[in-house]
Amino acid sequence: MTLLKKEAVYLGAELDNAIDAITLSGELLVSAGYAKKEYTDAMIKGFNDVGPYIVIAPGIAIPHSRPEKGALKTGFSLVRLKDPINFGHDKNDPVQLVCAITGTGNNGHIEMLQKIAIILGDREKHKQILEAKNFGDIAQIITI
Amino acid sequence: MYILSVCGMGFGTSLMLLMDIQSMAKEHGYTVDGEATDLGSAKGKNCDLMVASSEIAAELSDENVPIVSIDNLLDKNEIKEKILPMIEKLYKGV
Repeated sequence: MTLLKKEAVYLGAELDNAIDAITLSGELLVSAGYAKKEYTDAMIKGFNDVGPYIVIAPGIAIPHSRPEKGALKTGFSLVRLKDPINFGHDKNDPVQLVCAITGTGNNGHIEMLQKIAIILGDREKHKQILEAKNFGDIAQIITI
Repeated sequence: MYILSVCGMGFGTSLMLLMDIQSMAKEHGYTVDGEATDLGSAKGKNCDLMVASSEIAAELSDENVPIVSIDNLLDKNEIKEKILPMIEKLYKGV
């Protein structure tokens, strides 16, 4: 059983700014049934208010907001950008993977976050995600 | 000892960071208590150490406790190299 849904993955997005990338990652959460539309707005507000800290590692951003901002279930979406985008982070720009996260309780998403961190923190898997041709390939790599 | 991990909302990156720190500390025989929190609540809170991503750490520079700034939150080596010495120091009380 994988948490990753086909509706929540978009490979090769052609976008040119961080807000559009976060918006797309939020729209995927909505189509996969993980969040309401307002959650996307909250992620954008978070990015505007607190800045590019969501770029947690080189090339990887994890937009998210708080559960009460419209999260429906614990889940995540994955956007792979065709061309990397600058999010304004000193060290970790440019971003090519945008992995939006939702969680409903205070702790419900911890296990998922940990698994995502293990996958994205694994250089080989990170490389495989960048090279994957379709959802089938991604589903072989992200098995949570 | 008590570590405060801080992120923009106290929900995503700070939790990841805290879990990594606790499991790293455990591997080295230390028990670390802590809490993940958001930037606004972190200010002035009582703790031995604050840890945050580099972007957030810059906002905490006025605090009276040591602040560790992490650039790559997925890099367990960076976390270990920066935080383990601090934990050891706090445990030995020097």
